[in-house]
Amino acid sequence: MLHQPAAPSGKDPASPYKTVLGLWMFLAYALIYLGFVLLNIITPKTLETKIIFGLNLAVVYGMGLIVVALVLAMIYNLLCEKKEKALAEIEQQQPVQQKAEVR
Amino acid sequence: MVLSVTIFVLFVVAVLWLSLYLARQASSASGYFAAGGNIHWGVNGIAFAGDYLSAASFLGICGLIATVGYDGFLYSIGYLAGWIVALFVVAEPMKRLGKYTFTDALDSKFSSRGIQLAAGISTLVVSTFYLIPQMVGAGVLVKPLLGLPHAVGVVIVGAIVITIVASAGMTSTTYVQFIKGAMLIFFSLIISIAVCYRGLSTTPDQGGKVPFHEYAIIDAKVGDAGQIVPADGGYQVEAKHTGANDALYLRLKNGETANWWKKITGQAEGQFQLQEMASVTIAADGSRFINGKPATGENQQLQVGNLTQIQGKTGDEADTGPVGPFKLFAIIDDPQTTVRQFKKETSFSQAGYSITLFAPVDTPGNLVLRPGLKTKLESGTWMERLDFASLMLALFCGTAALPHILIRYYTVPTPAAARKSTIVAIAAIGFFYVLTLYMGVGAMVNAVIDPTDNNMSAPLLARSFGTVLFAIISAIAFATVLGTVAGLIVAASGAVAHDLLDRYSRLELNDRQKVAIGKAAAIMIGFLAVILGIVFEGMNVSFLVGLAFAVAASANLPAVIMLLFWKRTTSQGIVASILVGVITSIGLIAFSPEMYVQYGLPAKQALVPFSNPGMVSIPLSFITLIVVSLMTNNTAREASGEEVTA
Repeated sequence: MLHQPAAPSGKDPASPYKTVLGLWMFLAYALIYLGFVLLNIITPKTLETKIIFGLNLAVVYGMGLIVVALVLAMIYNLLCEKKEKALAEIEQQQPVQQKAEVR
Repeated sequence: MVLSVTIFVLFVVAVLWLSLYLARQASSASGYFAAGGNIHWGVNGIAFAGDYLSAASFLGICGLIATVGYDGFLYSIGYLAGWIVALFVVAEPMKRLGKYTFTDALDSKFSSRGIQLAAGISTLVVSTFYLIPQMVGAGVLVKPLLGLPHAVGVVIVGAIVITIVASAGMTSTTYVQFIKGAMLIFFSLIISIAVCYRGLSTTPDQGGKVPFHEYAIIDAKVGDAGQIVPADGGYQVEAKHTGANDALYLRLKNGETANWWKKITGQAEGQFQLQEMASVTIAADGSRFINGKPATGENQQLQVGNLTQIQGKTGDEADTGPVGPFKLFAIIDDPQTTVRQFKKETSFSQAGYSITLFAPVDTPGNLVLRPGLKTKLESGTWMERLDFASLMLALFCGTAALPHILIRYYTVPTPAAARKSTIVAIAAIGFFYVLTLYMGVGAMVNAVIDPTDNNMSAPLLARSFGTVLFAIISAIAFATVLGTVAGLIVAASGAVAHDLLDRYSRLELNDRQKVAIGKAAAIMIGFLAVILGIVFEGMNVSFLVGLAFAVAASANLPAVIMLLFWKRTTSQGIVASILVGVITSIGLIAFSPEMYVQYGLPAKQALVPFSNPGMVSIPLSFITLIVVSLMTNNTAREASGEEVTA
C-alpha cells in the first residue's frame, strides 16, 4: 500500500471549472443517495415492490446507485476532457496572436 | 486437503516474492518512480481496485449478506458511493492546492505543530482501526483451510508482516495490486456464475460432496414423574437448561452423540416437540465438541443455511436447476420462498463446560432482499433508523477521508489519465460489489455458512465448488490481508516516527535513528494488531471496517473539506475538529450496543443507543471546526493589528 510519490502535474487552467462541475455532480449523486436512505427510513416496505425482471426496488435502486456512480464519473470525465482541450487550444492560439500583434 | 494447502502456500509465496522483487526494483532504480507515469491508466485503475478491495470487502460483505441479507449489501453501496465524494469533491481541489495527502495539505497551509500532532494521532488511530478487520480476516482464512485456530492465523500473519516490515520494508507496487485486484474480481465472477448454474434446492448438498444435514424434530412428552420423555426410546435426557423467556434446552444422548435440543411447540396438554440445535461445547481443558461429538478432522462444524421452500414448493420438485442472474434474486425474493438460517440463541456454562447453541430461524424471502434484518427499519425505533442513516453517512464520507486512497489518484501525470484510472476503478469495484450480492446470497442458501463465524461464508462457498477454487480464492484473500496489513503498519509507524517524534517533538533525529524508531514502532503496532485481531474474533469484519470509516470520516473529512472550501478555516479549528472527531467517534463506539456484546454485557445496558457513530461525530467535528475557527480568526486578526469588522 505504499505508493510512488505523486507525479508532478503542470499548469491546469481547467481546474476552477472542474471544481465547480465536481461539486454539482456530487450534489446530484448525493441527492439520489439521500433518496435511497430516506426511502429506507420512512417507507422501508416500498422497497419490496417488484420493479423489473422480478427484481424488487431495493435491488434495483442499490445496483442503480453503483451504475449511476459509474455513469456520472464517465460524464464528468468527458466534460473535463472537453474543457481541458478547449482551454489548451486557446492557450496555443494566444502566442500566435501575440506574435502577430508584434509584427 | 493437501492439494488445497499446496496451492494456497505456493500462491501466497509467489505473491510475496513478487511484492518483494518489485519493491527492490522500485528502490534500486531511481527512474522507476518517474516511470510510474508510464503505467497505463487501465492498469492503474485495476490497481486502485486491488488497493481498495481489502479482506473486508470479500470476507465481510459476503458474510454479512449471507447472514443478514440485503443489509450487508448496504456496505457495498456505501463503499462505492464514497468514491464519488473522493472523485468529485476532494481530488481536483486538492490537486490544485499542489498537495496530495491529508497531512501535507493541512501542514503546507499552516505549518502548525498542533496540526502535525493531531494529524499524526489521527493517522495512527485510523490505521489501527483499519488493522483490526484485516487481522480478524486473517484468522478467519486459515481456520477452514489449514484447520488451525483463529488465534494461530492472526499470529502467523502478524509474524510474517512484522518480519517483512521490520527487516526489509515492503511496498505493494502498482503491478502487484493490479494482479491481486484482477484475480479477486475474476474469481468472484466465476463463483457468482457457479452459484447461478447450480441453481436452488431445499436440500443443498454442495454439488453432491456433502450430504445435506436436516436438523431433526422429534416428539416428546412429560412423563408420570414430571420428567421429559422423548417419544423415540433411543434418546435419553442427560441435562437441561432454562434460558431467557423460560426457553427450555435439553441434552439428549443418542448412541455416541449427546447434542442439545430445544422445546419448540406445545400441542396437546403435556406434549411438545424438540428441535435439534447446532451446538459448540468447550470443556475446561479446551477440547471441543461439535453437535455433541468430539471435534475431529471429520467432525467439523456442520455448515448451515438453506431454503425450506422455493416459491411454495418443497422436496425434489422445488429444485430449480440453473437460473439466470435476475431469476436467482426473483426466486429468493418471493414471499413463498423461505430462508432458513442458524443464529446464536444462547450460551451458558454447565458442569465445567461452556456451551453455545444455534437455532434455526426461518425468514420469508421477500424480507431477505430488502433492508431490515439487521437494521430494524420497519419495527425499530427512530433511534434504530437513525443508526442506519448514520452508517450510510459514514460509508459515504469515509473513503475520501482514508489517508491512503487519494494518493494513487496522483501517481499518473496527466489529469485525464488520473480520472480515467478512477473511472476504471469505480467500474471494477462497482462490478465486484454487484458480485458480492450473488456470493452472499449463494452462501446463504447453499448450506456453507459456519454459524460460529459468518466471515468465512465466501471461502466456504468457494469450497463447495471445489478445493482448487477454494485454495485460490483463500490465497488471494490472504495475500490481500498481508499487503494491507503491511501497508497499514508502515503508515502507522511512519506517523509515530515522522509526524509525532521527528516533526512534532522536534527530536532532530538523523535518518538511522528515524528508521530504527520506525521499525520499533512497526513491531509494537504489529503486536497490538495481533492482540486486537484475537480479541475481535467472530465480529463481522465489514462492520469493523464501517467503524474505521466512521472514525476516518469524523477525524479527517471536515478538516479536508473546510480547508479546501472555507477561507476562514484556522489551524486551531482544524486541530480541534480532528481531536473532537477522533475522541467522539471512538467514545461512541466504545459504549455502543455492539461493543457491549463484545464485552460480554447485555446490549440494552449500553450507554449509547446506536452502534454507528457517524451521524453524531461527523457533524460535531464540522461544528467544532467552524466555531473554533470563527473564535480564533478574530483573535488572530486582533493579534496582527488588523481591524475587525462586524
